[in-house]
Amino acid sequence: MDLKGLYREIVNEHNLRPSHKGNMEKPDLILRGVNPSCGDDITLQLKVVDGVIEDAMFSGSGCAISQASVDMMADQVIGRSKEDAIKLAGTFMGMIKGEIKDEEELEELDEAAALQDISHMPARVKCAVLGWKTMQKMLEHPEEAGNVSTENQ
Amino acid sequence: MARPEDYRKDFPILSKGDYIYFDNAATSQRPDCVVDAIKDFYENSNANPLRGLYDWSVEATERYENARKTVADFIGASSTEEIIFTRNTTESMNLVAYSYGLENVNEGDEVVISVMEHHSNILPWQMVTKQKKARLVYLEPDEEGVITPEEYKSKITDRTKIVSIGHVSNVFGITNPVREIAAYAHEKGATVIMDGAQAAPHIPVNVRELGADFYAFSGHKLMAPMGIGVLYGRKDLLENMKPFLTGGEMIEYVTREDATYAELPHKFEAGTVNAAGAVGLEAAIKYLQNVGFDFIEEQEKKLTKRMMEGMKKLPYIKIYGSSDPDKHSGIVTFTMDGVHPHDISSVLNDDHVCVRAGHHCAQPLMQFIGAGSTARASVYFYNTEEEVDRFLEHLAGVRSVMGY
Repeated sequence: MDLKGLYREIVNEHNLRPSHKGNMEKPDLILRGVNPSCGDDITLQLKVVDGVIEDAMFSGSGCAISQASVDMMADQVIGRSKEDAIKLAGTFMGMIKGEIKDEEELEELDEAAALQDISHMPARVKCAVLGWKTMQKMLEHPEEAGNVSTENQ
Repeated sequence: MARPEDYRKDFPILSKGDYIYFDNAATSQRPDCVVDAIKDFYENSNANPLRGLYDWSVEATERYENARKTVADFIGASSTEEIIFTRNTTESMNLVAYSYGLENVNEGDEVVISVMEHHSNILPWQMVTKQKKARLVYLEPDEEGVITPEEYKSKITDRTKIVSIGHVSNVFGITNPVREIAAYAHEKGATVIMDGAQAAPHIPVNVRELGADFYAFSGHKLMAPMGIGVLYGRKDLLENMKPFLTGGEMIEYVTREDATYAELPHKFEAGTVNAAGAVGLEAAIKYLQNVGFDFIEEQEKKLTKRMMEGMKKLPYIKIYGSSDPDKHSGIVTFTMDGVHPHDISSVLNDDHVCVRAGHHCAQPLMQFIGAGSTARASVYFYNTEEEVDRFLEHLAGVRSVMGY
């Protein structure tokens, strides 16, 4: 798919009408992710109960690819265990880097697999992976992710 | 009257595919003669300049020093001793900051720059002022991108030791009143540094008429190779400065404990120099002089006017800086409602249009104008009106691709 097709068919829907954009009340984990070179700046919020991601939301601004990618990510990780979400992030980043091409493995990503073509656009790779990298970091190192629910008390 | 088509044939890359290259403020394209000059240097006179006692080295030295003469004449320096070859504007600025700034700025002093500066004229002064416990003061432009006399006269004071200002803004394209600022700064006893990266390729520069104590520019923005830059410095200032980098060929005499330094300009050119780059820069300057600044300025104004008029018909586009196209130096920086600049650039790239998107290494200015990032189309004399029209057509199509 060419870039214009990608925008028209997948990215715009998530960019213009994101399902998970906003601020969560009392998230368990919150982390800001920034791409300094282009100004993508998101804050990802997760509610994690008994090791399972119960809800995911993001705020901030950025290009359409970064916004759509994080919105699709939220769709995919809600209801998954932390371990599964980390594994899925690895699959997504492997796909974007062009390292994972196995169709079956990519099916796991569901709609987010549509961003596979970004692997041919090196300038946009950082945009696509921002949300996923942020999630991976906050799950692997929860001590670095601010815990807003306690901060607010 | 010349036409851009007369020159386009000199640039092989411009006939490659159907690309519209509108990122000339980032780097320009190279004509055949520049590439040929580099090739000729390596094929016919390559040896380490300034060292060897044999023909090839002597020839390499001569070509390198001839390039210096061409640069000195190009910007109106008093002598070749005032021309230091560096890698680029950034290195030139760092040289001044380390060798002059750290020595001459003290606690409580002030360094004045503008909020429109490129990072290469901000970070070195952040370093100097932090290290010396001095204050960094920012000049701010008005709505039209102009730094007014009221503004610089209120901020340049007796405490000001250094004023370092961009000659032409790489975001607004506006030419700053550097001559007036320099005159006022000198009255206050300050030293004046000008960042000419965005000026030297587009307007005539005479460092003495401008009143620059230091003037920096890069070769690659005026069709020379990447990796060759220039620092002009007033001789009496350079003479009193310590070297920036130390090592080979910048010395006079070295013992186990100590060294004396070479004469200007070699004191500031440690290590093997970029002689082929300098030779390429000389070829580029001669090419540019042949084209002439009259034609360059006229063509850029014509294209900028057409571009801005076309963009004004698109109500969702906001153009930054002056409302007068003549004051844009070929640069049009803009945003589009609801579409991130990176998406604009990616969609235009699909149509083979090259524009820059991001913060243009001028983040304080982005914060000042309240935009996280912007898109920038920048032309040079080899761009055509037909290219501008095609660009405008593609630009008008971006929003529909983005779902509007």
